[in-house]
Formats: sequence, structure tokens, C-alpha cells
Amino acid sequence: MNAPAPHRGGAAEARRRRRHRADRLLRLLGLGAISLALGLLGVLIATLVIGATPALTQTKLRVTFAISPELIDPADPGIGAYRLILRRGVAALLPEQPTTMAEWREIGGIVTGNTQFAIRDAVMADPSLIGRNLTLTVPVSDAYDQLGKGLTSRDTPPERRKLSDREIARFDALTARGAVSRPFNWELITRSNSRFPETAGLAGAIVGSFYMLLVCFVVSFPAGIAAAVWLEEFAPRNRLTDAVEVNINNLAAVPSIVFGLLGLSVLIGVFGLPRSTPLVGGLVLSLMTLPTIIIVTRAALRAVPRSIREAAHGVGASRHQVVLHHVLPLAMPGILTGTIIGLAHALGETAPLLLIGMNAFITDPPGGILEASTALPTQIFIWAGSAEHGFVSRTCAAILVLLGFLLAMNAVAIYLRQRLERKT
Amino acid sequence: MNQSFQTHVAPIGAAAAKISTRGVDVFYGPKQALFGVDLDIPRNQVTALIGPSGCGKSTFLRAINRMNDTIAGARVEGEILLDGENVYDPVLDVVELRARVGMVFQKPNPFPKSIFENVAYGPRIHGMARSRAELAEIVVRSLRRAGLFEEVKDRLDAPGTSLSGGQQQRLCIARAIATRPEVLLMDEPASALDPIATAVIEELIDELRANYTIVIVTHSMQQAARVSQRTAFFHLGRLIEDGPTAEIFSTPRRRQTEDYITGRSAAQRPGP
Ligand SMILES: Nc1ncnc2c1ncn2[C@@H]1O[C@H](COP(=O)(O)OP(=O)(O)OP(=O)(O)O)[C@@H](O)[C@H]1O
Ligand SMILES: [Mg+2]
Repeated sequence: MNAPAPHRGGAAEARRRRRHRADRLLRLLGLGAISLALGLLGVLIATLVIGATPALTQTKLRVTFAISPELIDPADPGIGAYRLILRRGVAALLPEQPTTMAEWREIGGIVTGNTQFAIRDAVMADPSLIGRNLTLTVPVSDAYDQLGKGLTSRDTPPERRKLSDREIARFDALTARGAVSRPFNWELITRSNSRFPETAGLAGAIVGSFYMLLVCFVVSFPAGIAAAVWLEEFAPRNRLTDAVEVNINNLAAVPSIVFGLLGLSVLIGVFGLPRSTPLVGGLVLSLMTLPTIIIVTRAALRAVPRSIREAAHGVGASRHQVVLHHVLPLAMPGILTGTIIGLAHALGETAPLLLIGMNAFITDPPGGILEASTALPTQIFIWAGSAEHGFVSRTCAAILVLLGFLLAMNAVAIYLRQRLERKT
Repeated sequence: MNQSFQTHVAPIGAAAAKISTRGVDVFYGPKQALFGVDLDIPRNQVTALIGPSGCGKSTFLRAINRMNDTIAGARVEGEILLDGENVYDPVLDVVELRARVGMVFQKPNPFPKSIFENVAYGPRIHGMARSRAELAEIVVRSLRRAGLFEEVKDRLDAPGTSLSGGQQQRLCIARAIATRPEVLLMDEPASALDPIATAVIEELIDELRANYTIVIVTHSMQQAARVSQRTAFFHLGRLIEDGPTAEIFSTPRRRQTEDYITGRSAAQRPGP
């Protein structure tokens, strides 16, 4: 109906050029969007890494404490003038001995406030130390740590810094003697929370988060799969199941803090479960992951080709055999991936945990799901709100640890998916 | 409603039939795919279903073992009797029905499991083997009868989906006969096979006939003529005519049948 060569000539050429231009534009837009996203992510990570770097090391002081028998109760090594032992130990490293009470206090304050208890615990564990020397490498307190890392400038006017000139001089003397070191800060993940940033770590939060995810997984994985299988494979199509379906989708969109309120009023209020515990936290989080798992499981079940179900029905498999022997195994990679991503999501959830009291100050890792504990995101929340300088870098480091766990979980999801898919 | 003009050449009594259908309508949602099909399928014979694409051959086949139950919105009306029992009777166990009526689907659909497991699955869930050895024997025998054993004997652990299309189809045939059904429904079992594999399958069909009742859908007139004793011709959801294969091919009663088997379209047909 057209001219003999509809794809040649000026008009066709112009049309093609326009089309190619549109293609290029679309590609540029996509590239631009991705670069923006990656750029923002890069800025975020870089900020965190820079912020967290100081927390990777900890300034420490190597001190030899003389455990004089006359300072310790012979009947009970738990009772003794450990503060004096501490102060004398540090003072022995200094060129000038303190004369006033205030000077003694300052000297004791060079090391972290827990040190006298660390000495006491060592003596209680090994009473043969009495009468001998005990050498410990202890963290210095936050202000000296900041000074040691060069985060406090010596040029700041004295009234605007925490340490006086005299204190700085003492620290320099200790450094000159070689008693100060700055090793890698393993305590960040081996110790639990503390009032003092120099001894605060994430162990309690990591263990708490682990228990919580365990509870969450144990509750929501089987329940989610069972619900999805029923909805997808067995439920009749009627108003009731339609309503259930719509509400599951709604549930996935409920703000997490609402689940926290539910946990507070129902789990703690009505059922009397102990507050601040991984059990309650895990249950609240499973309310959040359950709809996610149901949705991904249903999608994975739906993605199993009809022909496989027909093949199984065709040899006379009953409905449950079709599901258990054929459909579910094929859907498993998708289900696992979705579940891990749901759990990763739960790991980073903060708001509901604040409501059920998982932001308490707890200095020991929980021994089980019934002991009070914190979680990684709530620990970050607590540290971010603390005044001491040392908590700033520790907060960044804690965020990196959390991101690391999230990344690891996603990597596991990808690995599992590829492995399971290769097998089928 | 329009069965009056349906011609049964050499009618076989419903009593002799393994399967007889009466007034079968099948709907997919609002769309009706089959209209009042009355057909008797005699035991120990091969019945071929022929007809143009989309005329409802697969739909009819799938109505017999209630495979349409698994399609949302599909509905079957009328009666389908298997040994005089209505397969749509609510008391009938559909699992048992499908064990008695095996099926080979139009598209090969092996399980994404090993070749061995594909064949062993049916016998295992129906408790047909008392030992691993017995099960292995069933698997080997079924594969051999489907003409696949020689090709796969060294890799029974390989996934069934790793086979070629034609091999997959033979695997599905082996899977279907492994449960020793009374009736075998085959939906274009040879459409993906080369002539040699087709010959193996046709031989198998002929051999199975002694013990089984076979319904086969085929687009190949030659195949219908070779393997079947009776042929039924479908057109636009209706059974146009059925009878002994030789008669359908030599002296069809109806114009549509003749046009179809001679390969003429309605437009080419000379005016009356
Ligand atoms: N699942 C389904 N949903 C809706 N309509 C369907 C479905 N399956 C088949 N149909 C319709 O029913 C009619 C008969 O289809 P059927 O598959 O039985 O044809 P057929 O004779 O087997 O064709 P072919 O030779 O191409 O396999 C067709 O019009 C088809 O569109
Ligand atoms: Mg078909």
C-alpha cells in the first residue's frame, strides 16, 4: 500500500534516527540512576569506614601492679584496697610521685574505670598472686584514648579540653617509657556493653541478635511455609481466603513499630513473658517476617511449572505427595532466599525492639533466650545517644558490623540459591 | 443436543467398553471446549483421536483421568464410565483413578529428578515394589519397553531433564507404564520422536494392547492407521464420527472427516 521501498529514503532515515536517539536517552537515564545509587552508597560506606577507623584500635597501658599482702583481707581476697594497688601501679611508671589527693585521683583515672575490678578478679581467681606482681595491659580511659589517637588537639585551649596540661604531660611520659601501645581492638566484638567506651563491645548485642533471629526463624519459617502451602495449594477460592490473602499482604506493610506495641501489650502485658529478652524480640520479629515468608513462598510455589504438578498427578500422587515430593523441593531455593532476606531485614529492625525494652543497659551476653539482652541495632541506637567521644567511632564500627552480617546473610542466600538450582 | 446425526459404525455396546462417555461437556471458565461427546472405548484396543488443532482432543483425554480437575475454572459435565463406574462420582478416589489410568502428556514433563527416580516414583508411592532390587527391576523393564534403556543405562542418576526432547518423551512413557495402569492415555506421544523411536513406541503400543486399553491422540494419519483399531474424529469440540480405523480411513461417513483425512480445507472443497 506504501511506496515500493518503505524502509528507504529520507523520512524513514529520520524516523530511525529518532528511535536511536530515544534508545540512547533511555540507556543514559538508566546509567545515571545507577551511578547515583552507587555513588550514594559509596559515600555512606566511606563515611562509616572513616568514622569507624579510630575504633579499630584501642590505646592501652602496660602496668605492673604489686599485690601487697597488707592491702588484702587474708580471709577473703575479694576485699582489699584494690584502688590503692591500681594507683600505686600507675604511679610507679611516672617520673614524679603525686603529692595531693587530687593528683592520686588523676593518676588512677588514666586507665579505664574497671581496672581495679579486673585486678580484684585476677587475684580472686588466683590467690597465689598475693605478695607478687601482676602485669596487665589495660585500656586507658576515653580522654587519653582520644589523645593517644590524635583526635584531641594539644593546641586546644585548656579550658576546652578534658585533660589539663599536667595530665597530658603524664601521658607523654608514659608514652616515652614505652608503656603505651595501641593494638587492634578485638574487645569490640569480644566484650559486651559498658559505661566506658574504651571497654564497650558488641558481644552481648551479637549474641542477643543471634538468639532473636533463631527464635524468629524457628517460628516464622515453618509457619510461613505451612500457611503459604495451604493458601496456594489447598485453600478453596472464596471470600474468606481472599480476605486472608489481602490481609497477609497488608500485614507485610504494617510499620514495624506497631508490632513492637503488640509485643509490649500482648506478649509482655498479657502473657507475661519477660521483657528485654530475645524470646519476645524474636516473636515480635517473626510477626514481621511471617508475611514476607508467606509471600515469597507463594511466589516460589506459583513459579513451579504446571507440567510438574500434572506429571505427579498423572502417576497418581495425592495432593500432599505432589506438594511435598515435587512442588516444595522445587520451590525451596526461592523460599530459602526469601527467608534469609526476610531475616536480614529483621536483623536490622530497631523500632519494635525499643518498645519491648531491648535497649536496656546490659553488660553480659545473654545465656539464653530468656535472659535480658540487647541487639545489634538497639546497641547502635544506645551508643549513638551516648555523650562520650569514644562512642562516636564505636557507633560507626557497630554499624559496619551490622552491615557485615547483613552482607554475609545475603551472600549465603545467593550461594544457597545457586547451589540448589544447579542440583535440579 | 446434536448427537442425532452421529453415526456409529459397528457400535460397540457400552458393556464391552472399557470407557464410555455420555454427553460430556467440558468448560474452561465460560468457554465450552467439548460439546456432548458420546464415545465408547473398547478394552484391549487402541483408539486414536484425530482432528484439527484446538478441537478438544487433549481436553477429552484429560477429562478421562480427571486431569482437568487441576485447572482452576475447568468443569466437566456428563458421564465418563470406567468399567461402568462414573469417574466423576464424588466417592471415587481420584488417586486410584489416576493409578489405573496412566497418562503421557503432549509436552514431555519429566520430574527434575534422576532418570531412575522419574520411573521409580509411581511404583514407589503405590507400594508396588517390596525391595530396592524389585524397584530397580521395574525401572529397567519400563525403560526397556519404552525403548530408552540402551541410551541411558550408564547414567540412570543423571537428571531426567538432561535428556533430549524425544528421550524425555520416552522417559515419560516409561514412567506411565511403570505403574501398570489399565488404561493408557497418550497425547501425541511421538510428536517429538524420530522415525526409529516412533517405531519403537508404536511397537510398544501394539504390544501393550494385549493387556491395556490405549487412547492415543495423533496428528499423523499414518500413525493412526498403523497403531489403532478404532478412530474418533473431533472437530470444534464435537465428536464428528468414530468407528473401526479401516472404515474411517476408507469410507468416512461425514464430509468433514473425509476432508480432514485427505488434507483438504473447507475452502478447497468443491461445492455440493
Ligand atoms: N487451560 C485452558 N484454559 C482455557 N482454554 C483452554 C485450556 N486448555 C485448552 N483450552 C481450549 O480448549 C480448546 C481445546 O483445546 P485442546 O488442548 O483440547 O485441543 P487439542 O485438540 O488437543 O489441540 P492440539 O492438537 O493443538 O493439541 C481450545 O480452543 C483451547 O483454546
Ligand atoms: Mg492437544
